[in-house]
Amino acid sequence: MKETIPQKLKEFAKGIYQDIIGKQSPKLIIPLRSLSNVTYNEEEGYFKIQNKTKERTLTASTVKTFAQTLRMMNLSKELVQSHDIATKREAYYVSKNWGESRFSEQPESDAVMDDIEAMMRVNREQIGFIPEEKGGAVAGSLTVIDVDQETKKELRIDCTKFGSGAYSVPSSVEHLKFETKAKFVLAIETSGMFERLNKHKYWRKSNCILISLGGVPTRACRRFIRRMSDDCNLPVFVFTDGDPYGFLNIYRTLKVGSGNAAHINEYFCVPNAKFIGITPQDIIDYKLPTHPLKEVDIKRIKDGIKNDPFVKHHKQWQKALKQQVQMKVRAEQQALAKHGLNFVSSDYLPKKLKDSSTWLP
Amino acid sequence: MVVKAEELAKKQREIGVAEFFARNRHLLGFDNKSKALLTTIKEAVDNALDACEEASILPEIQVQIIDLGKDRYRILIEDNGPGIVQKQIPKIFAKLLYGSKFHSMKQSRGQQGIGISAAVMYGQMTTGKPAKIVSRISENHPAHLFELHINTQKNKEEIVRTEELSEWYKDHGTTIEIELEASYKLGRQSVDEYLKQTSITNPHATIIYTNPKAEQLLFPRVTEKLPKEPKETKPHPYGVEIGTMIKMLKYSDAKTLQSFLSKEFTRVGTGTSKTICENAALLPKTKPGKMSREQVDQLMQGIKHTKLMNPPTDCVSPINEELFEKGVRRVVNAEFYTSTTRHPSVYRGNPFVVEAAIAYGGSQPKDKSAVLLRFANRVPLQYQQSAGAIAKAVTDTSWRNYGLSQSQNSLPVGPLTIAVHVASVWVPFTSESKEAIANYDEITKEIKLAVQECGRKLGQYVHKKKRVGLELKKRSYIEKYIPHVADALKDLLELTPDQVNNVKLMLESTLENTRGKIVEVKFDKSKNEEFDETFAKIGKEDVSKKEESEIVKDEKKSLQERQTVLGEGKGLE
Repeated sequence: MKETIPQKLKEFAKGIYQDIIGKQSPKLIIPLRSLSNVTYNEEEGYFKIQNKTKERTLTASTVKTFAQTLRMMNLSKELVQSHDIATKREAYYVSKNWGESRFSEQPESDAVMDDIEAMMRVNREQIGFIPEEKGGAVAGSLTVIDVDQETKKELRIDCTKFGSGAYSVPSSVEHLKFETKAKFVLAIETSGMFERLNKHKYWRKSNCILISLGGVPTRACRRFIRRMSDDCNLPVFVFTDGDPYGFLNIYRTLKVGSGNAAHINEYFCVPNAKFIGITPQDIIDYKLPTHPLKEVDIKRIKDGIKNDPFVKHHKQWQKALKQQVQMKVRAEQQALAKHGLNFVSSDYLPKKLKDSSTWLP
Repeated sequence: MVVKAEELAKKQREIGVAEFFARNRHLLGFDNKSKALLTTIKEAVDNALDACEEASILPEIQVQIIDLGKDRYRILIEDNGPGIVQKQIPKIFAKLLYGSKFHSMKQSRGQQGIGISAAVMYGQMTTGKPAKIVSRISENHPAHLFELHINTQKNKEEIVRTEELSEWYKDHGTTIEIELEASYKLGRQSVDEYLKQTSITNPHATIIYTNPKAEQLLFPRVTEKLPKEPKETKPHPYGVEIGTMIKMLKYSDAKTLQSFLSKEFTRVGTGTSKTICENAALLPKTKPGKMSREQVDQLMQGIKHTKLMNPPTDCVSPINEELFEKGVRRVVNAEFYTSTTRHPSVYRGNPFVVEAAIAYGGSQPKDKSAVLLRFANRVPLQYQQSAGAIAKAVTDTSWRNYGLSQSQNSLPVGPLTIAVHVASVWVPFTSESKEAIANYDEITKEIKLAVQECGRKLGQYVHKKKRVGLELKKRSYIEKYIPHVADALKDLLELTPDQVNNVKLMLESTLENTRGKIVEVKFDKSKNEEFDETFAKIGKEDVSKKEESEIVKDEKKSLQERQTVLGEGKGLE
């Protein structure tokens, strides 16, 4: 697939060149990347991009971004041709060679990069750019089969053998293969909770793979979970804080993708993920200590109920979110420690995993 | 108790008007030494201008300030006016509240007949020296010299010395010489600034000024046309207060109320007079001199309920917008000027006219508050900058609508000079020192309308300038980034140098075609022919060397600021 990227980029540039020669104002047509341009249906299992696009016609006010986009495409072409990669930050620094058309802040270059990605309908890594941030941490009965970069030989990584540490998901996961006898994947929001479960070898007790998301999961992390789940036919359970960030940012993005990455959600989603906790009902059932919801939390929930196609599709989520607004409180994963430090592994998780009626879709 | 009262009675006596003002000199504008100098010169020059205009003479006025050291100055003001008859000289210059203008309904600079005698009094009090006046009414008459003092207790003139001069260098005119304690300063409230501003509103006057450094500055007239002489008018019934009415009734020759009304007031004929009497429930035959207080009250009510025509407006003589603007052009080098003269209007029976002129941009500082020049009956108002109707009207105007920044209740910020002139048969000042115009709704409203009228035209210019600036920025943007587009395409498509050039050319023409054509103009300092640089500098405080170089830099910068005006091309983005 990599060979076609430079061709694609060239073809694109050719179109622009011909417009210019033909005295036409060249245009960039970029798919709109936002929640308003996605739909959700359960069969497909992810946020599917619609046909809305934004047009960037070359005018006085767009000429700078236009030049930058072309420069960035060229950088991408060079990267792919030389089998090199650049992090988003590095790409930003490369632009400092572009004279007047350099970027002044990294968010500008990130946005142009995302635009190119969306125009090409490929994943950022395919056009030679990689993110700064890592995926997540993995522990459990899983063998990851990687390739040694120098010897090109197969590398078998046993994720049970990291002791108190964990395997770290690389930024690019397409080439990985998996072997496992685990029964399910447990994705955890906080590394604190991951540490606790890893320390007590919870993965052995319940025969699962633990993965810490570290907030909203990165693309690599999402893709890793997806591939693992697809290849080994594993169910995925998600365990976050009981707050709108956990529900709508972390879980929803992992399961169906995001608005911003609408063009690649198809690959970066885990449609079979299930939410096991902490649900608003858990807060009541387990009499968890809580914090009051902030104004922004309530706004986020209401906005989700109104605008998030995923929430709109799932009555259960609407009910849960409404319930939380009424309760006006949120609870963290660590709140379970109220009942004893290991209550989470000895009681909460086993009980929750057994009773699918307490999950959310 | 009786004893005490009698004791007190010994101390109780009439306070002379002159004595009162001597103790309250601030009421007349003699609060401090530098203001005393300004007020003295101002009173003399105002009188000179009034006299010349009344006699239809193009004024030529000499002003001289001689530094005598130790805060003492001698000032000399000489005019080519009609002169003053011998008998009147002592009273005019050495008796407070003596004058011709208080009782007449006619636009003039002086009003109460206080000013010049107050100056004489101030000189006398601070130096003990009498004022020296020489006046001659024609070549067939001798000139008369008077040295005068004021008896402050009796408010009576005292002639120290008088002499008939058979020889004098002028056919007609008056000179006054006063020695006084004063201090000479430059700046906004200086004599120099006063004379400069006076020449804005008196384009028909020539002023020759010799400052304390013995440098002579000339303010030449720019028009040979005398202002239309304001007609004297009778009072309008709507503007008369009950006290004045009682006085008028008492001294009138009229035998009946009906004839009194039609004789003493403007816009009242026999018919209207009768209607007023009817509305007042008074007999037309009532004897004016014998009316009771209650009857006068009835009369006032009657007037209130009678519809009267507005007073005639030929008693007010505005400068006219063209000359006013010309005056402003002389002192401010700007890129844009506009001015307006409103139609006459009336407050409390007094007709008045408002004029406004605005100068924008050019070499004026961009980050300072606008300069506000205020004038009443052609006299500059230099003190109490933020008081009175003009300041209120200007600060109440929303300058943001015209593309300037402005915080609430203050002057706009920007390269702007706003000049406002109010002319009236009776300008309502807030105090005897004539520093600010009282805030009558009618006046404030008219000023606002005048300023807004100029503001709208200014707004069009400012917005256009902004648009053009933006357009220019966009154009330079295009020029800046087109090579980058071409470069990137070269790398992507491995284009030949010719192809790259072609891309640049094509892009340029495509982008230019979508924008209008531009005509280039710039702010050209020499374009304003009326502007007089030395003139504009008059009155300004000395700038230090460092500041001067900064000013030069600023001017260079503004010259470099190329401005373009959009031609008939397509619209802007």
